[in-house]
Amino acid sequence: MSKPKFAMYWAASCGGCEIAVLNIHEKILDVDANFDVVFWPVAMDAKYKDVEAMEDGSILLTLFNGGIRNDENEHIAHLLRKKSKILVAFGSCACEGCIPGLANFSPVKEIFDTAFSTISTDNPDNIRPQTHYAMPEGEITIPTLYPVLRTLDQVVDVDYYMPGCPPESHQIAAVIDLVIQVLQGKAELPPKGATIGAGNSTVCDECKRKRNEKTIKAFGRIQLIHADPELCLLEQGIPCNGPATRSGCDARCPSAGAQCIGCYGPAEGVVDYGARLIAAFASVIDSDKPEEIDRILDGLVDPAGQFYRFNLAGSLLKAAKPAWKSNGG
Amino acid sequence: MTEETKSFEPTIIGFTCNWCSYRAADMAGTARMKYAPNVRLIRLMCSGRLDPTFVFKAFASGADAVLISGCHPGDCHYISQNYKALRRFHLMKRVLTQLGIEPGRLKLLWASAAEGAIFASEITKFVEEVRALGPLNWPQPGEQVSTPIMEEVTA
Repeated sequence: MSKPKFAMYWAASCGGCEIAVLNIHEKILDVDANFDVVFWPVAMDAKYKDVEAMEDGSILLTLFNGGIRNDENEHIAHLLRKKSKILVAFGSCACEGCIPGLANFSPVKEIFDTAFSTISTDNPDNIRPQTHYAMPEGEITIPTLYPVLRTLDQVVDVDYYMPGCPPESHQIAAVIDLVIQVLQGKAELPPKGATIGAGNSTVCDECKRKRNEKTIKAFGRIQLIHADPELCLLEQGIPCNGPATRSGCDARCPSAGAQCIGCYGPAEGVVDYGARLIAAFASVIDSDKPEEIDRILDGLVDPAGQFYRFNLAGSLLKAAKPAWKSNGG
Repeated sequence: MTEETKSFEPTIIGFTCNWCSYRAADMAGTARMKYAPNVRLIRLMCSGRLDPTFVFKAFASGADAVLISGCHPGDCHYISQNYKALRRFHLMKRVLTQLGIEPGRLKLLWASAAEGAIFASEITKFVEEVRALGPLNWPQPGEQVSTPIMEEVTA
């Protein structure tokens, strides 16, 4: 009997998700033992036309990481959706936009200016990439950038979500174990649309730091505060995103003395991640006077960046106005 | 004001609290006071119940502006929750500005149950301010593929 087929793809992402998959160490042998890896650009040679030639629905499991930033990303998203039985939005980029989604604050023109014309770039003739270019050997094309980055489920139907930047390796191993058990008839798949490989609570819930009633007189950046190693970071005025972030990482960052930045995305039931954090942060500010509130809020240097670092593309507003209004670069 | 903004009728979502500002709106109504019809009021038990998600959802769903209204400082039926609304208002305004939504599209208004006239005149004033800002036209989920937002751009 032939083994079920497995695929993994990267769209607009950094490649960290692939590293996280390889970080499951010897479990990767279980993947090989139970699956036939048919398409995984970072690990093996395969062409898009090979995937196009496959029968619809013939890939059992596809882990798709990365957001949809250009027409190539979108094409492959549609292609893999058609060819896959189970499509998993894998990692923060595919689930909610992540760091590449921060470009949704800026119009495309600004992105190109930064990439090709800033002082750190050696480009005296101000050459910009062209999507079509005629060479003596024939016309060459590169993908076209879209005005904003979209999450995978804003483009195609997604079966499961696996958050994290990147997903923790022990969580990936657990999900692979589950799929293998399903193949052997020992377990059942969770309902469609479920978040897998993560907890249902918040990072605060998993955090071991001591908590008291929070009253904040000043916010400050972590490098400027000599933080108490036992006490809740938010209580010490360090903007920690734990209250709105999904559990699943065992509160790694707060345990190591750094604030949660929210890579596991919105906790169960949170509609808009940033709005939940605004509610949480504003509630614990210890002042009733507008001027003093403003002074305390000045300590949050970049509130939108703080609240939407991983979640802008997946938020209710999806992109800043200058970005979606831009229609040319 | 341009010709376009003169004829523009803004859609404003207004959140009022059960104990003061909704009563103020009620009073303006029973006293037959006239004010701009652009505000759709939603009654909450308290301005402290206002989850910032409501405001973001209103903008994302096509509202041109949002009004948050509650009891005067010190008068909250739930002791101090209107201060919570005040703090959230200040923080929301900063985030919305970074997202390209003009701060003038979010307004905080304290109104006691006796201040029907103030409520009515403040709403009329707010509608004119938003009219001057023009429509927000935030892209709706269904239209993203066909509107300019998804049109191809070249470098």
